Amino acid sequence: MSTTADNIISHEPADYKSSYKPIWCPGCGDYAVLKSMTKAMATLNLQPENMAVISGIGCSSRIPAYTNCYGFHGLHGRSLAIASGVKAARPDLTVLVAGGDGDGFSIGGNHFLHACRRNLDLTYIVMDNEVYGMTKGQASPTTAPDWDSTLTPGGSGMSPFHPLVIALASGANFVARCYSGDVNETADIIVEAVKHPGFSFIQILSPCVTYRPEQKEWKKYVRKAELVSTDDEGRAARRLMTDDGFNLGVLYQGTREPYNLRHNPDALVEASELGQQFEV
Amino acid sequence: MDQQLDQFRSISLAVVGSGGVGAMTTGQMLFQAAAKTGLYGMFTRSLGPQIRGGEAAALLRLTTEPAAGIDDNYDLLVAIDWKNIERFAAELPLTNKSIIISDPKGGEVPEVIAKSGAQIYELPLAATARSVKGRVNMVVLGVVSTIIGLPAQALETVLRETLDRKGEDAIQSSLVAVQEGRNIAESLPETDCKIEIPAEVVGTRWVLSGNEAAGFGAIKAGIRFVAAYPITPGTEVLEWMATSLRKVGGALVQAEDELASINMVIGGSYAGVPSLTATSGPGLALMTEGIGLAVAAEVPVVIVNVQRGGPSTGIPTKTEQSDLNIALYGLHGDAPHLVLAALDVSDCLFTTQWSVYLAEKLQTAAIVLSDQYIGQAKAAIDVPEDHPFKAERLIESEPAEDYLRYAVTPSGVSPMTIPGIPGGQYTADGLETNQKGLPSTQAEHHGEQMDKRLRKLTQENYGDYWAEVSGEGKVAIITWGSTAGAVREAAKRLRHEGINVKVIAVRLISPAQPEKMAEALEGVSRILVVEQNHSAQFCGFFRANYDLPQKVESYNRPGPLIIRPGEIADKIKEWGIK
Repeated sequence: MSTTADNIISHEPADYKSSYKPIWCPGCGDYAVLKSMTKAMATLNLQPENMAVISGIGCSSRIPAYTNCYGFHGLHGRSLAIASGVKAARPDLTVLVAGGDGDGFSIGGNHFLHACRRNLDLTYIVMDNEVYGMTKGQASPTTAPDWDSTLTPGGSGMSPFHPLVIALASGANFVARCYSGDVNETADIIVEAVKHPGFSFIQILSPCVTYRPEQKEWKKYVRKAELVSTDDEGRAARRLMTDDGFNLGVLYQGTREPYNLRHNPDALVEASELGQQFEV
Repeated sequence: MDQQLDQFRSISLAVVGSGGVGAMTTGQMLFQAAAKTGLYGMFTRSLGPQIRGGEAAALLRLTTEPAAGIDDNYDLLVAIDWKNIERFAAELPLTNKSIIISDPKGGEVPEVIAKSGAQIYELPLAATARSVKGRVNMVVLGVVSTIIGLPAQALETVLRETLDRKGEDAIQSSLVAVQEGRNIAESLPETDCKIEIPAEVVGTRWVLSGNEAAGFGAIKAGIRFVAAYPITPGTEVLEWMATSLRKVGGALVQAEDELASINMVIGGSYAGVPSLTATSGPGLALMTEGIGLAVAAEVPVVIVNVQRGGPSTGIPTKTEQSDLNIALYGLHGDAPHLVLAALDVSDCLFTTQWSVYLAEKLQTAAIVLSDQYIGQAKAAIDVPEDHPFKAERLIESEPAEDYLRYAVTPSGVSPMTIPGIPGGQYTADGLETNQKGLPSTQAEHHGEQMDKRLRKLTQENYGDYWAEVSGEGKVAIITWGSTAGAVREAAKRLRHEGINVKVIAVRLISPAQPEKMAEALEGVSRILVVEQNHSAQFCGFFRANYDLPQKVESYNRPGPLIIRPGEIADKIKEWGIK
């Protein structure tokens, strides 16, 4: 952190990192996501105390305590609900929500749909590694149906969840995909997402080196989408439905108004005056 | 001897009808008009599960002094028709002193009603309405007001207020129908169903439901964020707050489910805004994991649970006090929290307000138990006493370098930072933590944090608010929640007959207050515990948490038939103690 002659504080990514050591495995994609997040925060140049990072349960959900922001490591699947409460109660705060694919799309799936619909000004980052890592390797909603696991021997047999398509169909207004290995590109998209008014959803492909070592190959497949961002939902839907899951970038960006709390600061009364309506 | 009972007058009446004939409107108008004349009372509704057109009964009790519950029997029953009466006949106890007004066009008086031996009078309600092209419920309004002696002027004022938006023609047409009702009622003989109208209105009357009172208490205490998921019968707390919060600069968000609503209010409160949600049994079950998080992370939240018949979907539209066990024991792990119960419609205001104060002060979760009976009943009451309890959280606004969010303190309460305070950043967590708030699996940290979370609750002095204690005697009736109304009235009657009884209506259920209870029970040799559930839930908790040298007996039964004062008085009389 440095202060210029004009008293404008400029921040370094390190200002947003805590000294608490991550529990992640060496080589985990989530380290890079943490780096992208703190880099984005420095670019946005927000005071750490005016930001809240909210998560659920899982490896990636440990991320709040690794930042120097206010954090909430809540219940499995409920990060978006806690974050929605924070933002609705305190619209002045910048709220980032982070977690994994099991947390966000399975146990928290309903909140995902309704957070997209509600369009509160949140940035939701899902570190997708197609596996439950913390419970040691079970199939998640984004896992391929034939992936063998201890809990689903021979594969889950279930069709994988398509987070971007579902986000779009649920009304999300900013839909992006990143790869954890591209730290700078990911940071730029997080900056864009935070600046975007309303709900922003970023799927970050973040390899699990322990239970999905084959995901180390992802770096060969990912590519920046050779497409311009669109505000046409129909085009975006076709694009997302037909891509191979490795197109990176902001794939849809719309202009829907963010959630309106309908505050009317000009017509406020004292709480005790509410009692008058009960008088006979 | 209780002299008050000599002057106390009370009448209870029911208007039943089906298919949208407007029995509820009649009840509502009668109740408002009675309150205008200075009477007190209670207006409850019995409804079938249908959204429209089902059977319905408007149940009124009008009294000359405040009374917090319903009476044993109905003095007057007016039936626009008898459709589906068997479904709620049990909720309409009649005696051979009761009076029934029946429309011959609405069918014969069913045996289930007639067997009471009540005096039956036939009046052509529907035909009278048709003759003046009016609505039958307005005719009934005229009939009932004449029988009970409610002044026409008060009725007209209420009618004008109610129908204001429909225009003068609608008002005139209704006034004509009401007058026709008064005319046909003139043919009836004088009955005992008259209520004395006060010579003048002393003070101001409020008419409100327990659900509205709970919402008002919450906002008075400083609640400014609510997350809401609809459920019967808790919804009205939330609906009232939806409009009221906006007036005071707060916000309500409709959540996608109760998992979301509890976590949203945890988020709102973590961010520094006093937050609350309201629900009923099934919703409370879904919220329990979240409530445990609030306890662990020491984020104040208040949950108003308006109980209904359980288990499972149970009887959503009828009352019961059967969520005490889940409120007390529903959280996994050792998760000390507050459980409180509102004692009557008016007390929904105070208990909720006090609960917000306590939850915020002690940085914990408070579950406030109300129920369908007092939640949805409207009461005509004196303006409730103004209490000063407000959310006052211990905030650390200038944290030092070595700030510890979960510092071990003598009181157990640690100064809390909220987002926006520089240098106070911490991560709230459901994981066990050390004093700084970082995850820990160490025995030392677990032990000291568990102790502190419990100590917060046990060291607090709850003053005299823990229970409403009244009367003296060797016999004590102990109750909690809405049965307090019936218990108090039973005690009043017993005292009038020379039987001294003490009443302890417990408002703060957990943490238990053994010392205060011991003091209250001094000289008591026999105890009756009264509650509305099948397994005597409070009685079990009572036996587990209090020293009880005395003889303890339970008087309990499930809903939906509300426990009435007479049966409690009879139970005590059986003991033969003076």
